[in-house]
Amino acid sequence: MSEVILTDKKTPARKTTLGSKPRKRKRMTGDRWLALAFIAPSIILIAIFVYGFIGWTGYVSLSNWNSFLPDFSFAGFDNFLYIFKDFRFQADIRNTIFFTLFFIIAVVVLGMFLAIFIDQRLKGEAIFRNIFLFPMALSFVVTGVVWRWVLNPSSGVNLLLEHFGIHFKWYTSTAVYPSLHIGAIDFGIPAAVIALVIAATWQQTGFSLAMFLAGLRGIPEELKEAARIDGASEWQIFWRVILPQLKPIMFSVIIIMAHISLKIFDLIYTMTGPGANFVTDMPGVNMFETTFKSNFYAQGAAIAIVMLVLVAIFIVPYLIRSRKGDA
Amino acid sequence: MPRSISRSLIYLILIVIGICFLIPVYVMLVTSLKPFDQVSLDHMWQLPKAIDWGGYREAFSKLAPNFMNSIYLVVPATLISALLGSLNGYVLSKWKFKGADWVFIIILFGMFIPYQSILIPLIQFIRDIGLYNTIPGLILVHVVYGIPITTLMFRNFYASIPDALIESSQIDGAGFLRIYRYVIMPLSVTGFVVVAIWQFTNIWNEFLFAVTVTSSDKQPIMVALQNLAGSQVVHWNVQMAGAILAALPTLLVYILLGKYFIRGMLAGSVKG
Repeated sequence: MSEVILTDKKTPARKTTLGSKPRKRKRMTGDRWLALAFIAPSIILIAIFVYGFIGWTGYVSLSNWNSFLPDFSFAGFDNFLYIFKDFRFQADIRNTIFFTLFFIIAVVVLGMFLAIFIDQRLKGEAIFRNIFLFPMALSFVVTGVVWRWVLNPSSGVNLLLEHFGIHFKWYTSTAVYPSLHIGAIDFGIPAAVIALVIAATWQQTGFSLAMFLAGLRGIPEELKEAARIDGASEWQIFWRVILPQLKPIMFSVIIIMAHISLKIFDLIYTMTGPGANFVTDMPGVNMFETTFKSNFYAQGAAIAIVMLVLVAIFIVPYLIRSRKGDA
Repeated sequence: MPRSISRSLIYLILIVIGICFLIPVYVMLVTSLKPFDQVSLDHMWQLPKAIDWGGYREAFSKLAPNFMNSIYLVVPATLISALLGSLNGYVLSKWKFKGADWVFIIILFGMFIPYQSILIPLIQFIRDIGLYNTIPGLILVHVVYGIPITTLMFRNFYASIPDALIESSQIDGAGFLRIYRYVIMPLSVTGFVVVAIWQFTNIWNEFLFAVTVTSSDKQPIMVALQNLAGSQVVHWNVQMAGAILAALPTLLVYILLGKYFIRGMLAGSVKG
């Protein structure tokens, strides 16, 4: 969907009026300059605040500015070497991998099935839709505050689960499965991350639901009808007709969720913080604390650059692809 | 499977998942309405014995100044960034110049970057121009980093306005500005509503810029809520009441104008 939206099918209106009217053409070019003048401030602002500042952060990441006082002497890649050896950053990478993986799977699967169910012309369709969509209007901070209380290990859903003899420590658990020693950390799935995935999925499923619903409504009824006439079962129609049509939407949802997940900060910061042994730490939280709490600016900048590269790996091909779709 | 059974099954699944989705809301409401001596981990599922507004009173007295900060931030930032996005979208869809599509992509990348990667220079810059710890400083930040999304939304919105309309206005002798004012603007009402709702929600909910650009008395509501929740002495009923107060404006917008909110969300929306 957003691919469709990122592009438009229209070609520019370059049909200037006939060359025999020089007066008109002169004013046209004047207007073209005016158009450029109107967009120029935005381009300049983006050039400075996005690209210039990224360059500046890159410069800081190569400096020795690891105290309150700025120090721009050249450090080479020392900060990058440091963070990659650092226990905390290694834990961040581990947490990000598993958080991103589970979060994307949960949002895509839940959103898609809810959309398919809701698309069955149910009674009370709007009520269901709104129940799943309203968390999108909330802030990650609110989500974090609420879920910290709901999943509180000594209360919350655990009081219900304990009836079934299940004891979960949720985000306070420091367990990592299967706990392989890699680098400085125990590599595996940190149990505490599951709590974060639940909260993030609660908030973002609405987005994927809305995307899939828009996609489903776009599938022509004749297509399904034709398959039915050919004797396909509902199950076959789902796999052979509906799912292929939803592929581009799934792709967009995955890209957008991946980039949210890689940048995530507010939710973690309010819900759990870095956690014991950094089991719930993420690069975004690490960067913020390293830079603004501990004044290790150069290391913070290095973390930020790594985050940017990770996001760019997902986003740049996506943007280029949408540009090609335009041509 | 007979159709009626599968339909009942679908209802059942939707109801169960729906209840799961509403659990946090239930807990939040119930907790916020209890006096703090009733708020205990063991009794969090129980309804309050009597409704108590103490949590709300305390949350309100703590958060009211920050709530107003957020209003002073969100209203101008939303209006300015919507106007800017509208002009950019107009140029990029109706006055395409050579390389306009690439310029668009380059602008668009700005909405996907992790803001951590511009934060250090940004804070330095905001300090240098004397806007550190001010609402205008935050307005500036949100207007600038709102350019990509508002431009995207308006560009796509204007793509649905036929070029022939622009051309015929040109033949009638209207120029760039006149066409914007008398042709585009009147057709943009929905676009402005969608973009304004989107920007309002995002800026209201934003946290990272708010927590780094402002401190103490200038903080918007989300930072104050986080501080409230972060302190050990504040009771859960106050925290939950605070969370509801902080969420109320965007929730109201969703309830009243949900259709436009979803349109904005689908228009290449990204949170965080």
